[in-house]
Amino acid sequence: MLRVRDLHAFYGKSHILQGVSFDVRPGEIVSLLGRNGVGRSTTIKAIMGDVPPRGSIIFRSEEIVGLRPHEIARRGLGYVPENRDIFPGLTVRENLILGMKSTKQTGRWSFEDMFEMFPLLRERADTMGGVLSGGEQQMLTICRTLMGDPDLIMIDEPTEGLAPKMVDLVAGLLEQIARRGISILLVEQKLTIALRIGTRLYVMGHGRIVFEGTPDDLKANAAVRKEWLEV
Amino acid sequence: MLELVIFSTLNGVVYGLLLFMLSSGLTLIFSMMGVLNFAHASMFMLGAYFSYQVGKLVGFWPALVLAPLLVGLIGAGVERYGLRHVHRHGHVPELLFTFGLAYLIEEIVVMGWGRNPIENRVPATLDFPLFTLFTTSYPAYKAFMMAVSIGMFVALYLVLKRTRIGLIIQAALTHPSTVAMLGHNVPQVFMRVFAAGTALAALAGVIGGFALLTTPNMAAALGPIVFVVVVIGGLGSLGGALIASLAIGIMQTFAVALDVSLLDLLRHAGVAIGRESALFELASIKIAQAAPMIPYVLLVLMLIVRPKGLLGTRET
Repeated sequence: MLRVRDLHAFYGKSHILQGVSFDVRPGEIVSLLGRNGVGRSTTIKAIMGDVPPRGSIIFRSEEIVGLRPHEIARRGLGYVPENRDIFPGLTVRENLILGMKSTKQTGRWSFEDMFEMFPLLRERADTMGGVLSGGEQQMLTICRTLMGDPDLIMIDEPTEGLAPKMVDLVAGLLEQIARRGISILLVEQKLTIALRIGTRLYVMGHGRIVFEGTPDDLKANAAVRKEWLEV
Repeated sequence: MLELVIFSTLNGVVYGLLLFMLSSGLTLIFSMMGVLNFAHASMFMLGAYFSYQVGKLVGFWPALVLAPLLVGLIGAGVERYGLRHVHRHGHVPELLFTFGLAYLIEEIVVMGWGRNPIENRVPATLDFPLFTLFTTSYPAYKAFMMAVSIGMFVALYLVLKRTRIGLIIQAALTHPSTVAMLGHNVPQVFMRVFAAGTALAALAGVIGGFALLTTPNMAAALGPIVFVVVVIGGLGSLGGALIASLAIGIMQTFAVALDVSLLDLLRHAGVAIGRESALFELASIKIAQAAPMIPYVLLVLMLIVRPKGLLGTRET
């Protein structure tokens, strides 16, 4: 589904990604783990074309390096930004509408699906996005991206700063999304949900992939956890 | 006195709405691209010239639509093939680009139509007194100007608030890269907004050509006031631009109509300043004479007291 090979990216002169390679197969939940500043977010921004990438990114057998962000999105890659980048001056419903790529779109997801998953969003459909709580905003950003009917969704730190109950809700949602056949690339700093719901995981350090395996492999490998993940 | 108040208010509102047609486009373009388009008033001027030229060929009514469309196309070209490339090098080159463009357009207009005012007349169908109150009659074309600007404001509001493209524009104002990553072609949206903004300026030029002289100076004459409006209203705020446009329009119209000086006011208050006083010259300046200063005094004060303007959200 997604095949990243020797991906490099720069912020000005600093060489952030130094040859990242990994795969996401259909229906998988793959986690990209690592401490702050190792290039996890840059990796998905580079895949989306938001940071200019070098190397090869094949999505559904097509090279997407060099395409513009909206073209990449239209090929079926969904991105859920880290800082819950909702549009604060628009209502919940309007935020969801903006997730749709066209008016005629008939995708896997409808407003009803979103509202069923999160009855809270239905209650708040006409509320400004900016007044939602952190957890609600996180739900809204995920739902907004789903409305665009992606085949692969990349989510940056969805549980950051959320209460444990909300974290469970997000984890449940991700599993539900995966059950509908959508692949997920999950970027997390903490191991919280990656070990619980992930099929496979990668650990990043210094702009490279330093470990690849299943959640059980990582659980068994204390050395990797100590060197690359624990603070 | 009542006559003066009524007609000054009407004229002020017409002038204010004209300013709003210009400032709404400018403020939208600023919100999206972060650049003040110095050539915006030049598009206003092109609107007036194009409507005159097109009007000679096909008549005024088709020209009312065609002239803004033509100028809008020029705007789209300027954004697509000029500004978008200059944008990569930062805001200062962008500012200088629009600055140069303003002069370029002025020179082109001089070359095409000469330095003197052209005979851009009110069409005969609109050239009659609409009503007469006391001793003054109110021309129909001014009512027409008012109707066009209000119609434009309503249309702009509906497009921004009720349509999908309006939602995309609103979201792209603050979060362009998020909007792009949701699959919307943000550069294309920017180009359309730029084109729409210039077309609005041109429409203002078409109807403004009735009330103002159509000369190559008209951009330079109105441009600075439009900047004042946008700064006072708050950069990026349409509501602020509307309030500031009407306020400045009405204020300036009244100031021009007021044939009194500080000296007169002081005399009413029982304070007399003799000819020998050093303050005599200063105090005898009529308010009407000082009228052109008013917008700029407001601009300077606003930037000191409240740099983000009345309803602006940005600090810059």
